[in-house]
Amino acid sequence: MTDAAAPQPVRAAIEQIVRDDWGRLLSSLIRNLRDFQLAEDCLQDALESALVHWQRNGPPASPGGWLIQTARRKAIDRIRRDVNFRAKQEQYAVLLALDADSVEAAEPEAIADERLRLIFTCCHPALDRKSRLALTLRTLGGLTTAEIARCFLDGKEAMAQRLVRAQDKIRRAGIPYEVPDDDAWPARLQSVLGVLYLIFNEGYAASAGERRIRVDLCEEAIRLARVMLALRPEEPEIEGLLALMLLNHARRAARHAGGLVPLERQDRALWDGNAIREGLALVEAALKRGRPGPYQLQAAISAIHAEAPDHARTGWPEIVLIYDELYRLAPNPVVRLNQSVALSYAEGPQAALAMLEPLRPALSGYQPFHAARADFLRRLQCTGAAEAYEEAIRLSQHACERQFLEMRMRELR
Amino acid sequence: MKYIALIYSAEASEPPYGTPEFGTYLAEYQAANETYARDGVLVAGEALNGVSTATTIRVRDGKVETMDGPFAETKEQLGGFYLLDCDNLDEAIRYAAMIPTARHGAIEIRPVMSFG
Repeated sequence: MTDAAAPQPVRAAIEQIVRDDWGRLLSSLIRNLRDFQLAEDCLQDALESALVHWQRNGPPASPGGWLIQTARRKAIDRIRRDVNFRAKQEQYAVLLALDADSVEAAEPEAIADERLRLIFTCCHPALDRKSRLALTLRTLGGLTTAEIARCFLDGKEAMAQRLVRAQDKIRRAGIPYEVPDDDAWPARLQSVLGVLYLIFNEGYAASAGERRIRVDLCEEAIRLARVMLALRPEEPEIEGLLALMLLNHARRAARHAGGLVPLERQDRALWDGNAIREGLALVEAALKRGRPGPYQLQAAISAIHAEAPDHARTGWPEIVLIYDELYRLAPNPVVRLNQSVALSYAEGPQAALAMLEPLRPALSGYQPFHAARADFLRRLQCTGAAEAYEEAIRLSQHACERQFLEMRMRELR
Repeated sequence: MKYIALIYSAEASEPPYGTPEFGTYLAEYQAANETYARDGVLVAGEALNGVSTATTIRVRDGKVETMDGPFAETKEQLGGFYLLDCDNLDEAIRYAAMIPTARHGAIEIRPVMSFG
């Protein structure tokens, strides 16, 4: 990829393959080699060979097949040279058998799609949370280590070490490359979807300034959810998550208009109509399957916002009811906190405050708790509002969120 | 009576792999193994992979909670062990979740070291 002499079309074609097919090619290699690092190194080697060979002979009929075949041969070479060659006989035999069975000329569909297995490996709950995100972006998203480090505002070295440690744990602890069986599927699927949603939220929370130096994580998360849905088309929670992300992402232009704009003040004309239409259709399809889950319900709430002509004429009582259902499936205080905000519009800030207060022990260190409380107190014209804003500002980690809270606090006077 | 001897150390205090000190250390282990076998006291013994490979599970409300890392809290005490031969970590988690103590305590799962 560093060969400056390669003509633009060949380099562009290779970059396109990295963008579109990295996860598919890498997961196929990892499945054969059972070794993340070796698979990655060999795919990188194959891409470098492609620059030379495709420039000379033109791109092959099946670039994906060519890259897989070349990467496997690179792996054979590396294993032969390995000091532990004797210990790797099994791996070596598998590769030789695969090499005899040529895929070089094969159609792309002939390369078995192993991405579903791989995403369950990368999102395994035995890995720590941040490593799951990083490994998914690297392995399935094809982001470079430097790009991922920038996404999390980390150093490149620290991120590289994190990835190596995670790959090492997968290998040594025996985390399998398998799609979990039916018993484990619901819990493990939530773990995978949780990783995709965290990736999305990393991008969603980034301020406009940060956005310029970050890869668009929202779009990356949406792309990975589309891959998941293509691999498991009838899974309502995947549809729900994709819908949820599309409906939230549809508001991006209105949300970042000279600082962070809260939902109630957004110019709804700036919302992305195509993303909303797709999101609404997905929510509807998912709910029809009659297997509700946390992402479908959150998407249903976003759908009500998307269909409302303005903030006042939103179906707040309906949203409050959906939150009850969500709390039943996922009993966690943040769900109640969000419900209290809906309740403040459905029944008024007094009722909302009564729902919020019992959450204090669980959420006293959580910025949105104080932001919601400050808002309710402000609307009730209570004296405690300024103090609540100060607490929310103190806990805020994003500059534009802080600016918004400071503006609201100034309005009190 | 059967006794379990649990081996604790800080990873950094071990002689580094590949040094002559490491060779001596390994030979001393080998000598201990031979004595135990000769005297007929050895039931089982294994070396474990490092804590970076550990996974801790708990069962709460019938749900298995899986976490990266070793078991760190100190108020619970080691009460026993199983050595399970499984295909992969998922299978080990599935069997470990059947240990009744997982419902109020925690089970740390560590892969046994394979040499060679």
